[in-house]
This record gives sequence, structure tokens and C-alpha cells, in this order.
Amino acid sequence: MKKTSTFKTIKRLLKYVTSEYKGQLAIVLVSIIISALVGVLGVQFIKYLIDDFITPLLGSESPDLTSLLNVILIMGVIYLIGVICTYIYNRLMINISQGVLKKIRSQMFSHMQTLPIRYFDSRSHGEIMSTYTNDVDTLMQMLSQSIPQVFSATVSMVAVLCAMFATNIYLTLVVLAMVVSMIFVSKYLGGNSSKFFVKQQEHIGQVNGYIEEMMEGQKVVKVFNYEEESKKRFDELNDQLCESMTKANMFANILMPCIMNIGNIGYVLVAVIGGILSVNGILTIGSIAAFLQYVKAFTNPLGQVSQQMNFVIMALAGAGRIFELMDEQSEQDEGYVTLVNAKIENGKVVETEERTGIWAWKHPHKDGRTTYTRLRGQVEFENVQFGYEENKRILHDITLSAKEGQKVSFVGATGAGKTTITNLINRFYDIQDGKIRYDRINIRKIKKDDLRRSLGMVLQDTSLFTGTIKDNIKYGKLNATDEEVYKAAKLSNADRFIKHLPHGYDTVITGNGEGLSQGQRQLLSIARAALNNPPVLILDEATSSIDTRTEKIVQEGMDKLMKGRTVFVIAHRLSTIKNSDVIMVLDHGRIIERGNHEELIAKKGTYYGLYTGAIEID
Amino acid sequence: MFRKLASYVKEYKKSTILTPIFVILEVVMEVIIPLLMAKIIDVGIQNGDVHYILEIGGLLIVCAILSLTFGMLSGRFAAKASAGYAKNLRKEMFYKIQDYSFENIDKFSTSSLVTRMTTDVTNVQMAFQMIIRILVRGPIMMIFSLLMVASISAKLSVIFLVAIPVLGVILFFIATKAHPNFERVFKKYDKLNNVVQENVSAIRVVKAYVKEGHEKEKFEKVNSEVYTNFKKAQKIVAFNGPVMQFTIYTCILLISWIGSGLIIGGQMQTGELSSIITYAWQILASLMMISFVFVMVIMAQSSAERIIEVIEENPTIKNKEKPIEKVKDGSITFENVSFRYSDEEDENNFALENINLEIKEGETIGVIGGTGSSKSTLVQLIPRLYDVTKGSIKVGGVDVRDYDIKALREEVAMVLQKNVLFSGSIAENLRWGKKNADQEELEEVCKLAQADGFIKEFPSKYDTILDQGGTNVSGGQKQRICIARAILKQPKILILDDSTSAVDTKTDALIRKAFREKIPNTTKIIIAQRISSIEDADKIIVLNDGKIDGIGTSEELLKTNAIYQEVYESQMKGGDDNEEN
Repeated sequence: MKKTSTFKTIKRLLKYVTSEYKGQLAIVLVSIIISALVGVLGVQFIKYLIDDFITPLLGSESPDLTSLLNVILIMGVIYLIGVICTYIYNRLMINISQGVLKKIRSQMFSHMQTLPIRYFDSRSHGEIMSTYTNDVDTLMQMLSQSIPQVFSATVSMVAVLCAMFATNIYLTLVVLAMVVSMIFVSKYLGGNSSKFFVKQQEHIGQVNGYIEEMMEGQKVVKVFNYEEESKKRFDELNDQLCESMTKANMFANILMPCIMNIGNIGYVLVAVIGGILSVNGILTIGSIAAFLQYVKAFTNPLGQVSQQMNFVIMALAGAGRIFELMDEQSEQDEGYVTLVNAKIENGKVVETEERTGIWAWKHPHKDGRTTYTRLRGQVEFENVQFGYEENKRILHDITLSAKEGQKVSFVGATGAGKTTITNLINRFYDIQDGKIRYDRINIRKIKKDDLRRSLGMVLQDTSLFTGTIKDNIKYGKLNATDEEVYKAAKLSNADRFIKHLPHGYDTVITGNGEGLSQGQRQLLSIARAALNNPPVLILDEATSSIDTRTEKIVQEGMDKLMKGRTVFVIAHRLSTIKNSDVIMVLDHGRIIERGNHEELIAKKGTYYGLYTGAIEID
Repeated sequence: MFRKLASYVKEYKKSTILTPIFVILEVVMEVIIPLLMAKIIDVGIQNGDVHYILEIGGLLIVCAILSLTFGMLSGRFAAKASAGYAKNLRKEMFYKIQDYSFENIDKFSTSSLVTRMTTDVTNVQMAFQMIIRILVRGPIMMIFSLLMVASISAKLSVIFLVAIPVLGVILFFIATKAHPNFERVFKKYDKLNNVVQENVSAIRVVKAYVKEGHEKEKFEKVNSEVYTNFKKAQKIVAFNGPVMQFTIYTCILLISWIGSGLIIGGQMQTGELSSIITYAWQILASLMMISFVFVMVIMAQSSAERIIEVIEENPTIKNKEKPIEKVKDGSITFENVSFRYSDEEDENNFALENINLEIKEGETIGVIGGTGSSKSTLVQLIPRLYDVTKGSIKVGGVDVRDYDIKALREEVAMVLQKNVLFSGSIAENLRWGKKNADQEELEEVCKLAQADGFIKEFPSKYDTILDQGGTNVSGGQKQRICIARAILKQPKILILDDSTSAVDTKTDALIRKAFREKIPNTTKIIIAQRISSIEDADKIIVLNDGKIDGIGTSEELLKTNAIYQEVYESQMKGGDDNEEN
């Protein structure tokens, strides 16, 4: 980590503490000061007790112990205050540190929700998860223990330094020289340590990612007897982590002995120089003795601080990664066209509060006018060019138009770019050139959330969440009634198998729904989309694992539901798309044929070949 | 538990033992250094003896250098021992998890296992390092200080001897109170991790349904739970420091009071009293050190338990004693097989019921059936991904449970419905099938699986790197890579679980043709939705609701089986249409 970025990270971290907990922090600081002063006083107390109370009583026949008792009681009260202050700041630091951690986690998560799909596609999931656990964990120790300790040490050190200056400037300069060398050593060791702590957090993320990947592919691991290989690779990563961890901890661990012993050497220097000075009569013996006490009082807190150093350095490495995630660029949304409920009055579209089932695009124009366009579900592509990487085009010059209520299908060899097209409609990825229009509005002008809300999507890889079957179906419409859920499930033909589950709709699925078959999971995600009832639906291999008999039933249901709405279908099974209004045949990112089933068959081109199983476009 | 945990120190035993030894040496120096310092003041400075100061100062510097050396060594060994210990723990867990059955994994959940291998290990590691470094230092400092107090005044040392056990009891009380709270914290942590994991892997659904807000709410809920529980646990621990201080302060006041009496009574010197107080402060410092470690140990205790749970979990599927190492041939027999997923509460809710099958070596078997008819379950029993609930399955005439699991799985290759490719190059993924396969072999199996063509179209060909989860190849390409990977194993039994669904019919046919010609002796079981994928199989099994509805060739089933007829007709109608065109 560079110096400036370290400093920035610290500043940013402290901001979390200072922004919300000003009051509590003030109390903490005061409590620390009091508690530290009580400690200092405690050391002085015994000298005071001996000199002012015990010595005068020595030799007296019948000593009056009341004043002695009084002073001890007073000290008891002072000590009690110290103890209470210690408790207060410990207790408040828990509030502050846990509060900050909570806030950081929640900011991280909120921010992550705004990140583009590209972010998730290009990172291992385990590594992202590691930030929430391993990196946040590093902060806890630092916030709850290190910060108060460092502060309390600083308070004592400043106090002692003042006393030193008051006693003798030259000797203080010796001490300051010692401090400078301590700083150099800390910088060297701390720098090395932090370098390896950064590596450590990186490596722990990799280990996390690897475990995650292997767990997800556990069946494959078992089927291929790959346990030994996966152990080998794990060992490599684990060893690498162990190495960076050892180095990071080592540099941090030797920091304290270095600091303490530089302090000891400083002590000797002060003693020697002071001795020479006193022999020459420049300094009194008493002040040298006092000064030496100060040197000890000065190095002790330094030692404490350096002991906290590895927590601090590690936390900064973790914080760096946390802030990296938080600084990741969000999805850009420059859209201003929104989706509103509407009704038709005298043939005109008017915005309304109530749920009418009619939707309209609210389009504010530069000149202050606002127009409403009824949501119809027309989608047009005009010379669209796209590639996931800058210089690798996947789609070339795609022009197509899906009219309201049409069923538009894409067929083509694997890798022809079918899924990519659907990724563009909902702006998971943004096109590089050309235009996509939705109801004649450039989709860039539409607010992303509203755009996506108007599009239903069922993907081949179904994702289920921990919760009941019902919760999963309701995911797109949280306030749906049970009746709606049952209706959607019946429509998608999921009802049949759900009823066979031990607790029906209330069966809890865990671990991404293992135990449910792939086909059953697809039925559930279709039910989810059906309940959401969107004006435009995208089905991306949504029925690939469903048997053809069931698929037919599902399709009839969906056709009924989506009557008059636009549907995009991607399917390998041509029987699924035969009744489409338009079928686009894609090859290497270009549309090579288009038309309905009959037209394409009559053409006896690629589609015909595919349909009869005579050719493959690959 | 402690012994169990200690057993994973293994090769880091040397470092683990050396650390406290060097810590002790360091502490000895730390004890000597203040004594020398006192001499400099009391003798050197008081007498203005520069020579004496230089002499003792030189000694002090030697001590400081020694102390530094010991400190650095102990720090080094501590780092090595603790990082190594953590490594061993992670390794032990990961190795163990490799032997888990799915039942075992489901019991913990993936995200919990991940937390246990990272967060929990880190906690234990920190505690471990603290124990070998500071838990030695603290008590030694304390004992030394106590001895010094006792040497000055035996009477006053009694105060400490009473106070320290009392303190011990209080700390023990705090620990037992805090521990269950920390346990709860880690459970919540698992939950938090689970929400993040699901969110990340389902991000497309989240975004498509614009449910970012809902996800945030879900996360916020768990986040708050972690927050509340952590606070609760730490609140108890927060009493630690103040209680320590309180006890020591009380001791100091008592010593002052009794000590004053002793001095006035002429039984003690004033200098002695101030020395005792100095040592009292040192005792406080070492106690604070111990309590600091103590807090970490309390936290680590819950983590340690979670780690041990993973290590001690009994894999539900494991080798018999003296397992059979060789699979004779690829014949398969199902005898009255019934199967129920373990989490099913209903005793009679069988996923598969009373299955009887006879498959000869080299046969091609098609399996067809509706969604949820347990087709996948049926084939997953063969390589023992799950064990049968009733009945038995024999491969090569021997019950699958009698084989060495590795030997069995070596001969049964399976292409799963949910295909998983791992990050790495295509070649690396293929080599899962055979570690040391050369390029020629790779190309051969890829040609067989009709994957060679598209792989060679990639700019880096076989070295093309696959993204996380293989998102940069399409579904059909993925399936063909997976098939190639399975064939590379040269198994006696090859199972394709709906693994050509995204492959077009023509390619599908080519793959099957290659199967027939290139690997005729391999028993092939093909689950498919498409009739065309299984039509030419030697035998077709029609499954319905976990029971066999019919077995026979396509022709036979067309005559006898209603389900098959229906499926056949629904799919073949399209074909008839074309012919008319």
C-alpha cells in the first residue's frame, strides 16, 4: 500500500467513527483521558502517601491514622472513577465499533446491488464473499481495541513529553532522536508487514473462492474422483496464504521488541549524557532521576501501541479491499423515462395512482412537456453492435423489430449470440453501437429499474433462494396473495410436484434447492415469472430441462397468459418455438434468416436444415 | 477439545515450543533491564559516578540487544507457528469435506463451511498466537512480581494470593456467560454469508426483477442480528478490564493501608512499600494482558467448536473394510431398489420405489420420464453419490457398497445435468477425466464429443480460459466439453444425465454415432427429453413418479406404453409436418 492511500484509508475509516458517533466518541475520549490520568496519579500516589502522610507519623507515640485513612479513601474514590471510566469507554467502543461494522457491511451490500452484471461475471463469488467476512473481521479488533489504546497511549506520551521539555531540553532532544529512529524502524517493519497483510487478504480471498467453487461443483469432483487433485490445488493456495500470513505476522510481531529495546538503548544514552552533565554540574541528580522515569513512562505506551500495530495494519489491508468494492463503479443510469400506472380517458393516456393494469412511459421533455406513451412492448434493434470485450464483437449489425404481442424466437448454434441479445434488452450489458428502442423510446433514456420491471425473464440457470417454495414464487411480487401463487404455479404446471412435497408450498428449500430436479426448478422460475405478469417476457432456454409433455402444458399456459404481449424465446428445441410470429436464425452474431416457421421451411435454408436435423450451423 | 486442537500443530511443533521459550528469555531480560535501570539511578546518578553509569549502561545495552534478539525470534516463531497451525486446520477441514457425502454437506450448508474455513480459522489462529506469545508472558511476569512481593513482605503477598483466585472465578463467570452469545453470533454470521452468496449467484434474477431493495432488506435484517448479538456478547466481555482494574486498585489500597501500619510499627521500610506498589502495577499489567488474550480465547472457543464439528463429522458414505478394488465389467443390476432423500420426513415418501433392472455390458439404455420422475436420482445411485434406502445395486455383479468408492467412480463416468466447469483452461477442465492426457488424447475425445470443432475456433483453442462457472461458452458447448471430459476417463459405464439438451439434434446424433463406433463396450445410460436421443437405444426405461412404467425397445414401447406413445407423438408430429412440406 502506498503511503498516501494508507493515509486515505485511515481517514476514510475514521470518518465512519466521527460522522455518527460524535457524542459517544467525545465521552470515550474524556473517559480514556480520565482513566489514563488516574493511572498516572496512581503511580504518584504512593510517593505522596509516603512523603506527606507516613513519614510525619514515624516515631510518634500514638499515631493518628484518620488523615491517612482519609487520603486512602479519597484515592479509593479516584480509583473507582478510573474504573468506571474504563468501563464506560470499553462499553461505548462496542457500540461504536459494532455500529461502524454494521454500517460498512450494509453500505457494501447496498453498493454491490448497484454494480453491473459484468462485475459479477468477472470475479469468483467466493472472493466477493470474502470481503464481507474476512475483510470486515479485520476491522473489529482495530476499532474496539486498537483505537482506544492508541489514543490513551498518545495522551500519556504527550503528557510525559511536556514534562520532559520542562525538565531539560537537551535530554529531550536525545529522546526525540530515539523517537525518530523508532519511527524509521516502524515504517520499515510496518511497511513490509502491510505489504504482506494486503497479500494475505488477497490470498484468503482466493482460498475462499476456491472452496466455494469446489463446493458448488462437489458432484463433479466426486464423479471424477477428483478429490486428490482438488486437495492438491487447495494445498497450493493454502501454502501461499500461510506464507504471506507468516511474513505479515512476523514483521508485525518483531515491531514491539524493536521499539521497546530502542527505548532501552535511549534510556542508557540519557543516563550517560545526564551523568556527564551532572558531573559537570549542569544538571541536578534529582532531575536526571526524574527524567529517566519519564523515559520509561514514555516508552511503555509506545510498546503498547506497537503491540496493536499488527491489528491496525491488517485492518488497513482489509479496509483497502472493502473500499475497493465500495468504489467499484455503479451501473450508470442516465434514464429519465419512467413507468407509471395509467388509464385511458377520451382516448388519451393519463397517469393515475391506482393499479389499472395499463402502464405508460412517462417521458419528460427538455421543453418542459411531459408525454405519456402507452406500454405496448415493441422492441426494435437498429444496427446493434456488441462485444463483451472492447475488440471482440459478438453481435454484428443486428436489426430486428418485435411488435406488440408477437412471439419472437431466436435459434442458432450454440455461441451464435442469442443470450447476448437478451442481455442487451434489459441492459445487463450496454451496446457499443446502434440503437435499441422500446415502444419507440431509446432504452438508454428509460430508467433501468423501470425498464427491467417491464421485462420478465426466465433463465436456463435457475436461481432459488433459501426460504419456502411460496416465497420463491412470490419473489417478483412480494405482496402477492396465496391465490395468485397457486394460480401461477398451476399455470406453470409446478403445482403438481409442489403438492407432493412434504409441506407443499411451505416446504423450505435450502442450498439453492438441491433435492429438487433441474426441471422442477425451471417450473418454479417460470411460476415466478408468471406471477410477476410482465408486459414483455424473455425465456432463455427456460424449459430445457422440462420433459416435452410437461413443456407442452406449460407452454399452453404461458401462451394464454402472454396473449397480446411480446415474448422473446430462445430454445434449442424447435418444437418450443414453432408457433412464433418471427423466428430469427442467428449465426456468429448475425441474423441470417428471418420469418415464420412456414416461410422458413419453404425457404429450405438453414432453419429447414436445422428442423430436419440435416445441418448444424457450427 | 484442547487436545484435539493441539493435534493439528504437527510440523509446527518446533516453532510452537520455541516461541514460549524465547518469550521466557525475553521476559527474563525484561526483568533484568529495570533492575539495571534502577541501579543506574540509585548508584550511578546519585553518586555522580560516570564510570559506573557507562559500565551498567554497557550491560544494559547488551541486555537490550539480547532482549531484542529473543523478541524477534519469538515473534518469528510465533508467526510461523500460528500461520502454519491455521494452514493445517484449513487443510484438515478441506480434506475432510472432500470425503463428505451430500447429506453431510447439506447438514452444514456451503456458506457455513466456507465461514468455518476462513473466519473461524482466523479466530482460532489469533487466539493460538496470543496463547503461545502472551499467555506465557503474562503469568511469568505475574509470578515473578509475586515472588518479589513475597520476598519483601510475605504478609502483603497474601492479599494477592486471595485476589487472584477471586479474579479467576469472575473471569470464568464472564467466559461462561459470553460463550453462548458468541456461538449465536457465528450462527448469524453463517446466515449473513448465505444471503451474500445467494445474492451474488442469483444476481441476474435480482436485477431482472428489480429486487435490489428486497435483497437489501433481507441483508439488513441479518446484519442487524449479527450486530445485536455481537454487541450482547461483547457487552459481557467489556466487564473484563474494569473488573481487573477494580481488583488491583483494591489490592493497592489495602497494601497502602496495611503497609502504612507496618511502616509506622517499624516492621517495614518506606522504600519497600513503594517497590511493592510498583510490582502491584506490574501484576495489573500482566493481568490485563491475560484478560486480553482471554477475550480472544472466548471468541475462539466457539470458532474452535465449529471447526471440530467439521473435522469430526462422519461421512455418511464411506468405504467398507477391505473393499473390492476392481470393477469386473459394466453390467448393472438394480434389485428392489427404493430410495428416499434423507431430509424427507415422510417415511413413505420414496423418490424411487421398487426398481428392478438388468443392464448388460455395452448396452445403451435410454431413460425417459416426466419432470420430477426421479431419472437423475436413479442414475446417481450407481456411482454412489447417494446410497440406496432399500434393495441393492450391483455393478459387475458386486454390490456398489462393497467397492472401493474411488475404484467404482473411476469406472462410472457421469455427465451431470447441471454442468460445472471450473475456472481454468479448456484443456485443464478436460484433464479432470485423465490427469496426464496428452493433446492427442484430448483432441480425440473432443472429436468424439463433437467439441473439437468449436474449440479450435477459439483464438487460444484448447488453452482458452473459462470464466467463473464457464460463462464464456454457451450451454451446448459446455455440455460437449463435459461429455468429452467424461469419455476421457475411459469408463466402463457412461451416464449422460440430460446432457445433450442444449446440443442440436444433428450434433446429438453424431455424438451417439461416435459412442456406438468408438466405445462399443462401454455401458451407456442416456437420460433425455428428446425421443430422438434415445430412440435407437437397446432398451428404454420409462419412469413415472419414481416407478418403472415400462421397459423395452422403442418399437415395443410404442405398442405397449401409453406415456411413451404420448411423448413420441408429441415430438414426432413436427417431423411429420416437415415431410408434408
